[in-house]
Amino acid sequence: MAQVFGAAVKRREDPRLITGRGRYTEDVQLPGMLYAAILRSPHAHARLVQVDTAAAAAAPGVVAVFTGRDLAGKMGTIPTAWLPPDSDIKATAHPALAVDKVRYVGDGVAMVVAENRYAARDALDLIRVEYEVLPAVTEQEAALQPGAPLVHDDAPGNVAFRWRAGNATDEVFTQAEVVVRQRFRQQRLIPNPMEPRAAVADYNASTGELTLWLTSQNPHIHRLLLAGILGLPEHKLRVVAVDVGGGFGAKIACYPDEALVGFAAMQLGRPVKWSEDRREHFLATTHGRDMVLDVELAGRRDGTITAIRVRNTANLGAYLSTAAPGVPTILFGLIVPGPYQIPYAAVEVTGVFTHTTPTDAYRGAGRPEATYLLERMVDLFARTIGQDPVAVRRKNLIPADAFPYHTAMGLQYDSGNYQQALDKALAMAGYADFREEQARLRQQGRYLGVGVTTYVEICGLGPSQVAGAVGFQGGLWESATVRVHPTGKVTVFTGTSPHGQGEETTFAQIVAAKFGIPVEDIEIVHGDTHRIAMGWGTYGSRTTPVGGSALAVAADRVVEKARAIAAHMLEAAAEDIEFAEGQFTVKGAPGRKASFQEVALQAYLAWNLPAGMEPALEGSAFYDPVNFVYPFGTHVCIVEVLPDTGEVKLLRYIAVDDPGPVINPMIAEGQVHGGVVQGIGQALWEGAQYDDQGQLVTGTFMDYALPKAHFFPNLETAFTETPSPHNPLGVKGIGETGTIAATPTVVNAVLDALAPFGVREIDMPLTPERVWRAIQSGRDSA
Amino acid sequence: MIPKAFAYERAHSVAEAVDLLQQAGGAAKLLAGGHSLLPLMKLRLSAPAKLIDISRLDELRGVSVVGERLFVGALTTHHQVATHPLVCQHLPVLAEAAAQIGDPQVRNRGTVGGNLAHADAASDLPAVALALEAQLHVQSPAGDEVFAAEDFFLGPLVTALPEYGVLRAVSFALPPSGARSCYSKFPHPASGYAVVGVAAVVAVGARGTVEFARVAVTGAADVPYRARAVEAVLLGQPPQPEVLRAAAGHAADDGAIAGDAFASEAYRRHLCAVMTERALRRACGLADAAAGA
Repeated sequence: MAQVFGAAVKRREDPRLITGRGRYTEDVQLPGMLYAAILRSPHAHARLVQVDTAAAAAAPGVVAVFTGRDLAGKMGTIPTAWLPPDSDIKATAHPALAVDKVRYVGDGVAMVVAENRYAARDALDLIRVEYEVLPAVTEQEAALQPGAPLVHDDAPGNVAFRWRAGNATDEVFTQAEVVVRQRFRQQRLIPNPMEPRAAVADYNASTGELTLWLTSQNPHIHRLLLAGILGLPEHKLRVVAVDVGGGFGAKIACYPDEALVGFAAMQLGRPVKWSEDRREHFLATTHGRDMVLDVELAGRRDGTITAIRVRNTANLGAYLSTAAPGVPTILFGLIVPGPYQIPYAAVEVTGVFTHTTPTDAYRGAGRPEATYLLERMVDLFARTIGQDPVAVRRKNLIPADAFPYHTAMGLQYDSGNYQQALDKALAMAGYADFREEQARLRQQGRYLGVGVTTYVEICGLGPSQVAGAVGFQGGLWESATVRVHPTGKVTVFTGTSPHGQGEETTFAQIVAAKFGIPVEDIEIVHGDTHRIAMGWGTYGSRTTPVGGSALAVAADRVVEKARAIAAHMLEAAAEDIEFAEGQFTVKGAPGRKASFQEVALQAYLAWNLPAGMEPALEGSAFYDPVNFVYPFGTHVCIVEVLPDTGEVKLLRYIAVDDPGPVINPMIAEGQVHGGVVQGIGQALWEGAQYDDQGQLVTGTFMDYALPKAHFFPNLETAFTETPSPHNPLGVKGIGETGTIAATPTVVNAVLDALAPFGVREIDMPLTPERVWRAIQSGRDSA
Repeated sequence: MIPKAFAYERAHSVAEAVDLLQQAGGAAKLLAGGHSLLPLMKLRLSAPAKLIDISRLDELRGVSVVGERLFVGALTTHHQVATHPLVCQHLPVLAEAAAQIGDPQVRNRGTVGGNLAHADAASDLPAVALALEAQLHVQSPAGDEVFAAEDFFLGPLVTALPEYGVLRAVSFALPPSGARSCYSKFPHPASGYAVVGVAAVVAVGARGTVEFARVAVTGAADVPYRARAVEAVLLGQPPQPEVLRAAAGHAADDGAIAGDAFASEAYRRHLCAVMTERALRRACGLADAAAGA
């Protein structure tokens, strides 16, 4: 049997997904089902003077209309689930529908429930709302100004929290040979999975059970939070998320809308479905990034980096979304020193309320923002001291023999060979030759540039003890049950909740390798709180390092029990039994053997088990990792800038990533591709814009430039594989490396191309006009 | 994305479509490919009480050359235009522009007539229509009418199409033999529409000077326009790089250039010149200018 761990097995989920046979929330059809639609505020900040629902309630087909006042006392508010320690966080109330005030364009005002979705939508137009429009503030620094409009009366100055960490002092900077300072804007992004959010709720009044089908990355977290909001005992709430069409972080949060669907089903005694349309998605699903970063880097003229510190002013939007406070603090701050030996680092974060859509995790969540500023600063530092940026990186990278490595931010990096990934990427890119080519082409008036990023990220969230210490209001271990059936077929239950990442294939590969059975004999079950004991879901590149490790531990438990049964069957001692390729054999007597399937059958027949052994063959694990894992790598991008228009042509993109042992190189490569294009999307095209009144002017795909396949050259990917000692598989995670590395790689490449014009900074996205203007001002000042 | 309720009726002839439009008294819209109208309806920016479906009127399909003009039936899809042998042979610039509209789904559903009648200010075809001195052939209660492209586009989404008129066909003037052409487009990264799109048709005479020049610009202004100032500089001059550049410098002269969140007015003016120079160079058989020049 060919090696299955490490093989490019085709994704088993794809045939059903690409032939329209997936089971998405929108596919759920129940007898008597009603449809909900939500009226959303057209104003960024307004007092609700009156909400008149009479005409809507009287419209044909309308069953009920709910406003914020109707929910009072019947339904809880929407909580946040991350409270950074040592911060003064103010968790202001977030009602599921606005009661006195609306606080962003898209804030829910009323919900209509009707016999069909057309009647529901039409009825929205019949609700008469009297708004007293108030001044709005959308930008975080403006929101901190004295006299700025207040988002919440109980959050003075619009400050949601302040948080700081690190050891870098003023003295380190005043005594430094070189200090480089720069301000960066991490523009606001709008995550856009193919499937928008949806919910279906079905309440059984006789049992008191509510079933909620949700577009969720973490059904058990949703169950925990929604049970509280809806006042349901947790065991009476079932959350199901089978096929989910992407999330990128936007389906972590507990939103008002899904809670309202459950509430309506309980109130009305009929199933209720709600699906947001793409316009609603732009307004009412969480956004990402949106930070203003003031950075100082200290170093020596020989290229040694000695300190880095950051002031992060983060825009959290109108309310604190579920994981939002953790993004600009823990997930951002702790990784600021990156892959370099920087003895001093410090981060100071101000979380700010504004009249905008709430922000939360978006693929990478904090780590892309930190990596961006660090990699940009390294290039600026190199430019300041007149060194090649690769040489500066090489000088500061943590050496391979220094692991485990303790950082200035208190993390312990597990393992790495950063130089190897760097060398491999530079070789693929032909870096040295490129520099000659670049110089030659500049003579012809052509402007090519190269960007190189060396990165490390925190993945595999994470040890539960650390989750508690950093204020995450949940555990971060993971569960797995491996159930071997009498015929030797296997059902696996995982507490993670894959939504496009391919774990129905890669998890089966883990088990297939453990048991020596075909992948086809293994079914992966996820996304159902009634079928899976507990779990914390899929985000933070934790699914394989944590959920996969839980699976490996559970599978090992099965093997140990099977080994004991096999020993009994073969009349040998357990320690004399070898297990390979699905066969238990007695050491030195290869003829005496029992297959995995035969052992499974005996486990269930239980006619003759070892004394005291229980029947059946099943293993479970509740696996809590001892530490995070730290994938790393080097990305290289080569661009040409057309100075007459400012267009950026992507000529080559090289990604060398180290996610530990690769389970399925095709799927891993796919994850890199997806991440890289999203990361480049931030660099070159994507960016949410609000106008002065708080209207989202990039509210459709006609205005918000999501990258398209034809924007890209073929991506050149490769892996190095450095196992992590922190988990039994040694795996580190690959889902977010692309968004973490690609953005600074491309921006540094563009700025390298523009070096002859003295351009030092361009705000993202690097639109043609911004690049063109930077060139113009460079020419003017030359 | 659910439109307001609307009535639907299929027309079986152009005459019936005209009748139905008239009966609806301005409350109806014609449905052809639906690729501009339906998105507007789904956003409830447009809410016609009735759609009159003309998409099965075969009399409105097809490409032919009659005399010195090439006729394209209003229901001919962008894909059909982009790949039609007569278009490729006689009006390659039309094929070139049609091939850059939207994506394959849009090109297979969207129609030439629908596109021109919708009159999005950033649409590709209006530039070509102006550069090829197109005529729009309309059937209305008053009878058949013909509009010159330059008189047809009045503003964003506003045309001279009579209230109860049906656009039957578009005809394009065949340029003089030996003319060369180019459609040069700077697409918006989100919508794919033209931030600036320039259609250029140039013929160089036996004396080596430009004898025929038609240049039109879409996307840059609130209505596509013929860049007559560019044409004036070119005529009588040899098609040399510096001449083309000087001419292209006037590309914004004839339009009311507008800015938006993606491209300011100043940048759009600049793009008009750059894209016009690119179009002219290609139309004159020159390589693209060195980017840094």
